[in-house]
Amino acid sequence: MTTFLQLTVNGLGKGAVYALLALGFVIIFRATGVVNFAHGSLVLLGGYLVYATRDALGYFGAVAVGIVVAGLGALLVERLLISRTRLADPIALALLTIGVDVIVLEEIVRRLGTNLPFLNAPFGNEVLRFGEVAVLRAQLVALVVGGLIIAAFFLAFRYTGWGLAMRAQAENREASALMGIRSARVTASAWLVAGALAGVAVVFIATQDFSGAGLSRGTHAIALVAFPAAIIGGLDSTAGAVLGGAIVGLTEAYSAEYISFDFSKSAVYIVMLIVLVVVPSGLFGTKEIHRV
Amino acid sequence: MSDARQELARAAPVDEAAVSPESPQATVGDDPPPQTPLDTRPPRGRGDIVRWVAWVALAVVLLALPLYLTTPWLRVGEYVMIGAVAAIGLTLLTGQTGQLSLGTPFFMLVGGTSYVVLAGQPSEISDEEFLGFGLPPMLALVLAVVVAAIFGLAFAPVAGRVKGIYLAIATLSLVYLGLYLGQSLPYITGGTASGRNPEDLTMFGFSFTSNDPEISLLGVPLRDTERLWWLFLVLTAIAYVLAQGAIRGRPGRSWRAVRDNEFSAAVMGVRVAWVRAGVFAISSAYAGLAGVMTVLWFGLLKADETEFAGTWSIVVAIGFLAMIIIGGLGSVPGAVVGAMLVNGLPLVIQLLIPQSSVLRELTGGDNGFTPIVLTAFVYGLAIIAVVLFEPGGLAALGRRFTNALNSRTKPTKGN
Repeated sequence: MTTFLQLTVNGLGKGAVYALLALGFVIIFRATGVVNFAHGSLVLLGGYLVYATRDALGYFGAVAVGIVVAGLGALLVERLLISRTRLADPIALALLTIGVDVIVLEEIVRRLGTNLPFLNAPFGNEVLRFGEVAVLRAQLVALVVGGLIIAAFFLAFRYTGWGLAMRAQAENREASALMGIRSARVTASAWLVAGALAGVAVVFIATQDFSGAGLSRGTHAIALVAFPAAIIGGLDSTAGAVLGGAIVGLTEAYSAEYISFDFSKSAVYIVMLIVLVVVPSGLFGTKEIHRV
Repeated sequence: MSDARQELARAAPVDEAAVSPESPQATVGDDPPPQTPLDTRPPRGRGDIVRWVAWVALAVVLLALPLYLTTPWLRVGEYVMIGAVAAIGLTLLTGQTGQLSLGTPFFMLVGGTSYVVLAGQPSEISDEEFLGFGLPPMLALVLAVVVAAIFGLAFAPVAGRVKGIYLAIATLSLVYLGLYLGQSLPYITGGTASGRNPEDLTMFGFSFTSNDPEISLLGVPLRDTERLWWLFLVLTAIAYVLAQGAIRGRPGRSWRAVRDNEFSAAVMGVRVAWVRAGVFAISSAYAGLAGVMTVLWFGLLKADETEFAGTWSIVVAIGFLAMIIIGGLGSVPGAVVGAMLVNGLPLVIQLLIPQSSVLRELTGGDNGFTPIVLTAFVYGLAIIAVVLFEPGGLAALGRRFTNALNSRTKPTKGN
């Protein structure tokens, strides 16, 4: 039982980070209809900036820079490429992001060279004990930070003009444009926010406790987990992204313990396959109805 | 019809992709130049003869190349052919049917492993190291392709229902599955440490993968590399011709119907789920063949250590997508050209490094622009350029070029 509780806390900690990724992914999808294959390279971009600036700026300064640059990177992709291809179909847009991804990924991996830096926070990795349950502090920080950001996002999404504009546009792009919502601005802000979320996530991913590996090609692969998380929850559901992130985190934690560590990555994708077959539009996704 | 209704009832997730007939995709796949849905063959004329002569000339050149090229360059060509076979299969799925897949490396792994297992000699040691059935290698090759197709068909519950980009994400799971199975079944796949060697590919005592029996042509000794070139050439040609035939015929029409609008396709009597599952299996078979070729090319079957670097990894899957986008979605010749770029360029750069001090400087050092990085830049940029400026890819450019030539000589010909 203790193990189980421990796994649950750890899994939720990971899940919170995955939820940040999946949330960004869903925001982009809702705003532009783009399945963003470049999400992993946004993660790497933020992480690389943290690594490159932390000696000069200190940990928190570097993290801030990383988050901002990841957001700006996403904004740049939207402004320079996606906004110019309004009429292209979703597959073409997805392929476009693959092109971006390949370039950014290879460039950052090249710059890192044989350096695979951990982005751990400078303060210790001590284990906290709550009675029988031992929890890694980093996981708890991830859970709290992830939870706060997600809560802030949902509040903004629900109560601010920006959130209303986002929801309106996702509902009906033309009607919202006719109502005076500036479509370009909404879209751009969606990418900016999604990129920033990726920038937050990487600070947790490239650590000893989370992935056991420093910033590298592997970080990019971990970020791909945003796909199953988003698909499980429903690609156009922000709440679904959070749920999906949690499911993915828990699946990984449980299967690594109870089945085998090697299997845990595959387990996540198998859960996604099952969801796809049973509920093709995800747990919370809108079903699309076609009229012939 | 009931199928169609089921499709409607299920109402799979959002995807305007395949629906809009005016999407750039729609123009992409109409590959063989002037083609209407009803009439598949243009009348024979002078252009046809020119085309035949060009094909024969190309065939002669390709067949003669081993007599002139050195071994490393031949191996580049062989690697390109591997990419071409897999890319042709993928372009049928993605370009013709509008189903994105990242699962190609998995089916390559299945094909390659099947060949090695089926052709492998059963070890007679008591604690069997590797599984092997000892079938004739040529038969094993054919069966390996069949096995890959069966695996593809087994994915039908997903491949038939999930569409467009969603399938790409779903097939991502196959890459992870391949990684896991590859590592956890070392007596089949050879494991990650040392791998296992494939059986010599021999037919009637003639080996394609070794120097036995020794022969020479025009004073050029025909060793393993030369033989493998011809074998690959034949396999690629078969893959090419079959794909073109399918595209021009009934299967191709049903693929494009599903791609352009699955609901009108269903109304026209196309069984959408069947077509999707079927083309997925076909594309898996192509990948399986490419997998056998890969194993023969490396002379080794080895499971990957990670999902993001290796022979059967996500990077490879992205590479195949890049090939078919750059070449032009749905175009078979385009897939071959894309394979030249994506699979050929890194090896060519590698070969050129000793001769060029600029390249040496560029690629050297800890943070050097390795051939792989350079190639990634080239194809990343090419993908972006294609989507932004020429959604038809190189195939569309080529078509425009030949059309311009044709219209100069025969101004009346149009489509």
